[in-house]
Amino acid sequence: MHVTSPAFKANAARALADTGLQKALSRSGPSAHAKRSRAVAALPEFERLRETGRDIKNHTLANLDFYLEAYAAKVEAAGGHVHWCSTAEEARAAVLEICRKAGARTVTKGKSMISEELGINDHLEANGIEPVETDLGEYILQLRKEPPSHIIGPAFHLNREDWEDTFRKSHIDLPFDRSFAQRRDILEEARGRLRARFLAADVGITGANFLIAETGSSVIVTNEGNGDLTQTLPRVHIALASIEKVVPTLEDCTSLLRLLARSATGQDFSVYTTFSTGVRRQGDLDGPEEYHVVLVDNGRSNMVGTEFQDMLRCIRCAACMNHCPVYGVTGGHAYGWVYPGPMGSVLTPALVGVDKAGHLPNASTFCGRCESVCPVKIPLPKLMRHWREREFERHLTPPTQRRALRLWAWLARRPEAYRLAMRLGIGALARFGRGKGAFTKLPGAGGWTEGRDLPAPEPGGTFMDRYQRQQRGRRA
Amino acid sequence: MSREAILGGIRRGLKRGELPADQQAMLRHRLESHPRHLIPARSRLPHDGQVALFIARVEAEFGTVERVPDAAQVPAALMDYLAGQNLGPRFVMAPHPELEGLPWADHPLLMVERRRAEGTDQVSLQHGYAGIAETGTLMLPAAPGRPTTLNLLPETEVVVLHADRVVGAYEEAWDLLRAENRDALTGGFMPRNVMLVTGPSRSADIEQTLELGAHGPRRLHVILVG
Ligand code: SF4
Repeated sequence: MHVTSPAFKANAARALADTGLQKALSRSGPSAHAKRSRAVAALPEFERLRETGRDIKNHTLANLDFYLEAYAAKVEAAGGHVHWCSTAEEARAAVLEICRKAGARTVTKGKSMISEELGINDHLEANGIEPVETDLGEYILQLRKEPPSHIIGPAFHLNREDWEDTFRKSHIDLPFDRSFAQRRDILEEARGRLRARFLAADVGITGANFLIAETGSSVIVTNEGNGDLTQTLPRVHIALASIEKVVPTLEDCTSLLRLLARSATGQDFSVYTTFSTGVRRQGDLDGPEEYHVVLVDNGRSNMVGTEFQDMLRCIRCAACMNHCPVYGVTGGHAYGWVYPGPMGSVLTPALVGVDKAGHLPNASTFCGRCESVCPVKIPLPKLMRHWREREFERHLTPPTQRRALRLWAWLARRPEAYRLAMRLGIGALARFGRGKGAFTKLPGAGGWTEGRDLPAPEPGGTFMDRYQRQQRGRRA
Repeated sequence: MSREAILGGIRRGLKRGELPADQQAMLRHRLESHPRHLIPARSRLPHDGQVALFIARVEAEFGTVERVPDAAQVPAALMDYLAGQNLGPRFVMAPHPELEGLPWADHPLLMVERRRAEGTDQVSLQHGYAGIAETGTLMLPAAPGRPTTLNLLPETEVVVLHADRVVGAYEEAWDLLRAENRDALTGGFMPRNVMLVTGPSRSADIEQTLELGAHGPRRLHVILVG
């Protein structure tokens, strides 16, 4: 997927002016909050489980090499193949080769963010193989040729009119004047279209929420059942997974599953949580005859041992974006790549480079809501701050901003000079602002005053001046 | 090879080489003993309470439950359910010995086929392996007698589950599988596929509004025996 993160500011401005998007966002945000809080309130152990979740992931990451090797050995014992891929190109090539060997013409797909990250669909299409997205949200996005805007609700930015419109334009063999009076009608039409595709596909590609070292299983979590049809019906199943998805045991996975659905959709448990282990067994009446895991690094091993290792705990629940005030007004597309919201602001620079995505960690108010809802306690604001520091160190911030920051740093280290500068500045502001109460415009601070007013300082000097006067008064 | 590159990259990040043998042995012990973590108090109940919780949770997730005192009543209960839902008498049944052994001959109106499911099947009858009270979840491990397609393709799935197979937490269901299942291919206990099913299929992709029956069954009915 093409990275447009450098244009975050322009993307965000466009998003704010998009009335359809604003309507969708004003619906999805509050509903997601309410659902999560209800589920969390119903489980008194939730906070303690977050600590457990964090500890399980930390333990795994500290021994990631061991658990990956243990996992791979179990997959192979169950007749599966593990394809280790360092880069996106290697992963795309591995998927294509499996599909070619299977003689595949169409490939069904369960929702997978790693597939978006790797650009699997474009690669298959360019090589004459048709990928069919089967998650309802992904399906309409494929028809509209749009990327997902949210990691669990890819089409949250669309309104019902968009669904109707797209279906009328795409399913042209159906009567144009058919009714979509109920949401159900939209769902039924998609179900009917996709049923045939499920049954005809030669290969099914899913993602994985977890990989289990104890058993060599890949785990998917869905509500629709599309992921299960994708991995059960075709002769070949490919699971795409990044290296940090591995956990040691079923018990570890189970504890994380208790957090996942509650944090993601506010359900106690998703409808289908499915553990796939190897190939169809003797006597089984269904299931794939080939099972492949494409195990992808694509920049993650570089995060191990750095301040960004914490980010590898992420279980992709989307709670951080659902609770982010910036995401809540810009939506996901503004972030310009696969992963939006706070988790995207931390992960994207790590995967595509801080030069391309350095703006994203600035798209934060540092309100801390993301960290407070994250089921594995990732310190997202702190990690965004680390990126800002790196961005500054690598001279990626604009020159005026750099000069201003350098001047501030120089002053901050020299208390006398700092106080003098403050005294001059505040005095000037107080003189200009006398009788106004607040500034609606200030030279050099247009970006700040555009959305709010700056209160004019009261006459009487800086805080330090007043404090010293008060202290002197007391002593006297 | 990329395997070495990835493992090497991880080890460089962790500032160590391959783990020493004693630490590997400790981790292997953790895998083999698979210690449990915190289990929520919600399901720490006597068995009756767990069964009641299971039923309440299935219903809260838009499933339905009917309890029959013994297995011989399952065919009649199925017939009543199908009639009540205006569904025909035809269904595809998991070729599981426990289901095969039910008195189908007493109900000649029911049209049963014992096989995996196909795209046009309307109703399936599945064998339930275990029920998990915590969230009203059915554990359905794949086996020759429990095809996965029965859980996915028909519009209506009916699951026969013995009440004594209801446990409190997921961990207890995993332990049942560990104790009872032998996989001929791996020598382990995991079959090719284990589905944990909580209610009928649904989607909230259209304006975050819940609709039942996305790609999987729209109805999930549990006949609880005993
Ligand atoms: S960072 Fe935390 S809250 Fe955000 S998606 Fe990942 S696990 Fe969920």
